[in-house]
Parts: sequence; C-alpha cells; structure tokens
Amino acid sequence: MAPVFDYAPAPESRSVVDIAPSYGLFIDGEFTEAAGGKVFKTVSPSTEEVLSEVAEASEEDVDRAVRAARKAFEKWSALPGSERAKYLFRIARIIQERSRELAVLETLDNGKPIRETRDADLPLVAAHFFYYAGWADKLEHAGYGANPRPLGVAGQVIPWNFPLLMLAWKIAPALATGNTVVLKPAETTPLSALFFADICRQAGLPKGVVNIVTGDGRAGAALVAHPDVNKVAFTGSTAVGKEIARTVAGTRKKLTLELGGKGANIVFDDAPIDQAVEGIVNGIFFNQGQVCCAGSRLLVQESIHDELLDSLKRRLSTLRLGDPLDKNTDIGAINSAEQLARITSLAEQGEAEGAERWSPACELPENGFWFAPTLFTNVTQAHTIARDEIFGPVLSVLTFRTPDEAVAKANNTPYGLSAGIWTEKGSRILAVANKLRAGVIWSNTFNKFDPTSPFGGYKESGFGREGGRHGLEAYLDV
Amino acid sequence: MPTTAPHALSDVTASDSTLRRFLHGLPGVDAVGLEARAASLGTRSIKTTAKAYAIDLAISMVDLTTLEGADTPGKVRALGAKAVRPDPTDRSTPSTAAVCVYPDMVATAKEAVAGSTVKVASVATAFPAGRAPIAVKLADVREAVAAGADEIDMVIDRGAFLAGNYSKVYDEITAVKEACGTDARLKVIFETGELSTYDNIRRASWLGMLAGADFIKTSTGKVAVNATPANTLLMLEAVRDFRAQTGIQVGVKPAGGIRTSKDAIKFLVLVNETAGEDWLDNHWFRFGASSLLNDLLLQRQKLATGRYSGPDYVTVD
Repeated sequence: MAPVFDYAPAPESRSVVDIAPSYGLFIDGEFTEAAGGKVFKTVSPSTEEVLSEVAEASEEDVDRAVRAARKAFEKWSALPGSERAKYLFRIARIIQERSRELAVLETLDNGKPIRETRDADLPLVAAHFFYYAGWADKLEHAGYGANPRPLGVAGQVIPWNFPLLMLAWKIAPALATGNTVVLKPAETTPLSALFFADICRQAGLPKGVVNIVTGDGRAGAALVAHPDVNKVAFTGSTAVGKEIARTVAGTRKKLTLELGGKGANIVFDDAPIDQAVEGIVNGIFFNQGQVCCAGSRLLVQESIHDELLDSLKRRLSTLRLGDPLDKNTDIGAINSAEQLARITSLAEQGEAEGAERWSPACELPENGFWFAPTLFTNVTQAHTIARDEIFGPVLSVLTFRTPDEAVAKANNTPYGLSAGIWTEKGSRILAVANKLRAGVIWSNTFNKFDPTSPFGGYKESGFGREGGRHGLEAYLDV
Repeated sequence: MPTTAPHALSDVTASDSTLRRFLHGLPGVDAVGLEARAASLGTRSIKTTAKAYAIDLAISMVDLTTLEGADTPGKVRALGAKAVRPDPTDRSTPSTAAVCVYPDMVATAKEAVAGSTVKVASVATAFPAGRAPIAVKLADVREAVAAGADEIDMVIDRGAFLAGNYSKVYDEITAVKEACGTDARLKVIFETGELSTYDNIRRASWLGMLAGADFIKTSTGKVAVNATPANTLLMLEAVRDFRAQTGIQVGVKPAGGIRTSKDAIKFLVLVNETAGEDWLDNHWFRFGASSLLNDLLLQRQKLATGRYSGPDYVTVD
C-alpha cells in the first residue's frame, strides 16, 4: 500500500561534480601515469556504473612517491609551525567551500547516503584540518618535550568506509607535525583522495608534501615495506593489520593500527528508551554498518527486551533505503560486491546457527550492491555473528541480567574499539565505563566523532590514537 | 480522589501515590538525543507532489487563532471568513480545521463559520495563566460550550504540576472534561515552556491522556518558548505509546511560533515518522497559528503558478 505522505524523489544534483574519465597518480605535485601504464575502474556501488579509470601504482611508482616525499621533507619540516598551519587552514577552508561537490563525489564512489556525506563526513573532514592546523605552531606545548621533531615520511593506507574522513585523520596530524605523506586510498574508493590532491595544489602546498598512490593491496604492501618510510599508519581489517605488523617488525618504523571491532551497545532498563532506539539505529545502520566502531552487538537488559525490540522494529520500518543521492535516503549501498558477499554469508551463518533473523519490508534496487537492515534475536556469545566483525547493516541482539554480566559479555571479544552505555543513572555510566575494555565509550549516544577526542582500540582493534592531542604522538619522534 | 479512567491503565490513577509512581516510572528523556532526532528529521527534503500534499494538509490542520485583548466581533468575523475560504482566488484551497477564540467570542465565531466544516475552538479555564478558582474555570468552560464551542482548549495548573501535586492537575482535567460534555473535544495545554524539562513534558502528556484529553497541546503562545520540533516530537511519542497501551488515540497540537510553510512541513514529517500516518488528519493533528496560514497560501500559489506573488495576494486578517 502506498504511504499517505509519499516523499517525492529529492535527488542532489550530480552536476556539481566533474569526474574526469581517467586519473593518474599524484606524485611530487603532478598527476602522472603509472609506470606500467596499468589502470583499474572505480564504480558507483549503487548502480555499478563506471565512474572513472584510475592509475594502478606499481612498486616503482610507490618508490617514486616516497622519494618525492623524502625530498620535500627537508624544507617542509623546517618551516615554522605557523607557516605549516597556514597551509592547513587554507586546505580546511577549501574543503568547506567545495563540500557540496566532495559530498556528492563521496556518495557516488562509496554508496553512502548524501545525508551522511553532507551532514557527517564533510563537516568532520574540515573540522579535522582546522583542529590540527591549530596545533602546528603549539607542538612544544603538547607535552611531548620542548622541541618535538617529526618522523619523516609517513606511509598511510586507508579504508573505503570513510574515504575522505580517514584521509583527514591521517594527513592532518602528519602535516601539522612536519611530516610528509604518501597515502594509498582504498581500491574501491580512490576518487575523493584524488580530488584532495587537487585541493593541495589549489592551496599551493609545496610539491611532494602530499602524494597519493592509487591501487590495490599490492601498492599498500609496497608502501608499508618501503625502506625509506619512517612511519606507517593503517586503518582497515585486523587480518591486514597483522600482516603489516609482521612486515614492520624488526625495522625502525613507527606503527599505528586502527583495526576491526565488535562494539557492544549496552541498554539498561532505566535507559531513555526512545533515544536509545535512535542510538542503536545510528550505531549499526550509520554508513550501512560499515564502521569499525559500529555498535554491532546490542546487549539489552532482559527485563526490557521485548519492549525495546518492538520499538526498534517499528523504527527500522521507517528507514528509507535507496538512491544514495536522494536527500531522504537513510540507507545507501554496500561498498562492493565482495563486501556484500561477506555480509550475506555471515548473515546466512547466523540463521544456520539458529538465531532469528528479521528485516523490515523493504525493496532492494535491482542494480548495485544492497543489503536490507537486518537484526538477529536469540543470539548468544557462542554465535559467529556475535563474535566476527560483519561490517554491514546487521545487528546481533543479546541479553543480560545484571551490570556485571553486561560488562563480562561486552568485554568477551578479541576486539576492543567501542562501546555504548544507555542509562539515566550517572553513577552507573561511570562504574560500567571504568570496567569496559574499549578505546571509545559513548554514554547515551553512539557514533559521535570530534577531532578533539582521541580514537583508537584495545586488543585486536589495534594501537595508537588518532585525534586530539594524543593523535600528535603518532607523528612525533618521542 | 481521582476518578477512574476507563482503560487499561485505570489502576494508575487510583490514588495520588500510584499516579506519582507511574509518572515517575516513565522512561527518562535524553535531551541531546531528542533534539538531535528532531533536527535530523528536519533535514527531510519535501518536494513537488509531496510538498503540495503537505501544504494542503497543513492548511486543513490550522486552528486559525486570535487571542488578543483587542479582539472585536469584526475581527472574529473576518477570521471566520478566512478560515472557511482561506484563498478567495482559488476555491480548491481547503478550509482550516477551526478558528480559536476567547469564550466571549464563541457565538460570533460560530455564526461566521456557519454551514462550513470549520469548527470553533475556545480557550477556557482562565487562559493563559490558569490562575483562577476551579469554579471560575468550570464556569468559563460551560459558557463556551453553551455558546456552541466544538472544542475547548484548557490550560493545566502549572503551579500544581511543578509542586508535584499531580492529582490536583488530574482532577481539574477530568472536571473540565466533564464540563465539556459529550460534544466538545478537549485540548489540554501544558505550557511546555513553563514545565521546562522534557521529563516533565512526557509526564504531563501521560497525565493529560490518563485524565481524558482528546488532544494534548504544547503551549498558549503567550510565553517565550512555545512549540518546538523537539517538544512536539516528544508528545507524538507519548500519543503513539498511549495508543499502543490503551487503544485510545489522542491528538497533538503544537501552538505558537510556527510561522512558515517550511516549519509546518517539518512538523508533518515528525508526525509521519513518529506517530505514523494515522495522525495525518486534522482530527488528530493541529497547528495553533495565525500568520502561518498566509505563508502556506503563498507557497500554495507558488506551486500552482510557478512564481511567487507577494503579501498583497493573500488576505490580511
């Protein structure tokens, strides 16, 4: 039956962004072809339309990029902090000015809704550059010694879930502290990093300070293994993170890893229920659940389980899935066929292991990569879907009886990136937060980010912190 | 002692202490989360056919209001004519839901809207402060009903509520409800700006519904903070949950401060995505407003003709 109040399509215009048919590597301030001349296609996950062809960096190209960064390092690191800050402020302002264009681009290349790129990704990207621009001339007051020095060339490898935001998290602190950068964006989402390269040129950033090499895992591996890289920063899967740790072991390279998670969102019986429902939805369906700190395990006090689940299901029925460029879309496309296959297979495993699967009535578009918001009830700690990171819009619902049991279950995971606590009782928030082994703990909210707040994990979720004063340490010789 | 409410929750009104325990046992409201949700629904983009639907629906939901010391029969007649036929240049424009006046103007208003679908709502119970003896408040209501009011907009005793005297508030509402008789629908105004916290607004909403309100209404329009997206969202959650528990549907009326079509459409989105489409009807949702109507008419003309006219192409009232 058609809804009474039927929202007409409200698509954001694609004409604000001009995507070239092909892009080269950004090395030493110039776009250049890959040495082998190889290219790969990047597609829009919501339609499978080819957006552009992008150069595939070989080992030789990575070496060229690292040499360019090394050459630029001498002058860049010698600049007064206040001069580096000027460039960063300029980049931040250009990002704000071009935010609509970048939001549409990111939505096209990643598949996430324009509502998110417009209201979350882009404002956070600009804020991150503004924030670290402010640190550039105050490093001696950051608590890392009287004259903290940069490390040199940073090799950075980032994921596809927040392409431009992860770039900002990596590049802003690196440049503020005086390092130069070679960054490899994810293979499925290279475009916003290449547009960022253009912004660097627009800002007059000296050549070689930022270099962007596109390609798949091999280019990333070559960058991480390059002998002249001083610092490796990686955000991505735990499996690849472990491989990188092995590569870097025994060298003098400094390493930070931000890996997977299986965040517990704990809802006590005295929680603000309506807001908790919003927080649960935001925790697992934001960016189609493709968030390392997603609240993918809902731990709900048994006494309110049925009531909460009713509210949650009613709320999920109002989610709007479809064209990511439509301003009213809540749930966009999964980033790739490969990721969709992984989500599909884990959800099937959940069913096979006896958990109860539920999705709201929702029509999936024919083309592109789509997965309906899904929740599993009757899940226990022994289920695969309660242990493995799914990285998709799939919520596992578990119950607990006492605060101690909630803490024990929340901590019973190899990961330790995020957790949420929902209760109106302040003392309980503090008591529970002290016992949770997670790098980020939200209370009565979820998935809130701010450049001033350090972010990072415990255990297999990685080490090192990004954001805030703590985020400077990863790029300083301390 | 409170009288018994005729539904599944009747035992909670059995005594002062059960009522208090029930109201204080309602889930708390996280202010940041509530406001964030309201703001996020405010980003919905309502265009073309959806906008045309929303504007007509909003016009049909307006309680066109004049509540001034300077109200005269002439002013009230003009308001009534406008409520019946908001846009004289376009007969397809729906009438508003009601005109809302002081009790002594009810008879005049009734005459002005005679023969149309437009209802006459009257504020009563010593509006807007509500600081009068109960006998006076009830007399106020009876006079308005006797003069033909279809709807009574009462104010609660905020002093009693803030003092924690919930049964006093409850008893007053039930007494007013009784005075309304079977014909007049009762809207209960909380003056949310004076209740101040969201927890209080949630408690007042349940208190009002338990006492038999047909509508719960945010404000009088006479204080600094009137209807906001957040307090309306909260009240929509309350009517949704109340119906789930009792089977009784209660209406919501935000009033005061809603002046533009854009704002009104945002409120309709709140209704649609919180209480649901059962409330998308002027029997269940109203806007207490005066200047809003002209903006809705201007936007309606713009959709029909493709261009903006101007303030001289809608009637002043």
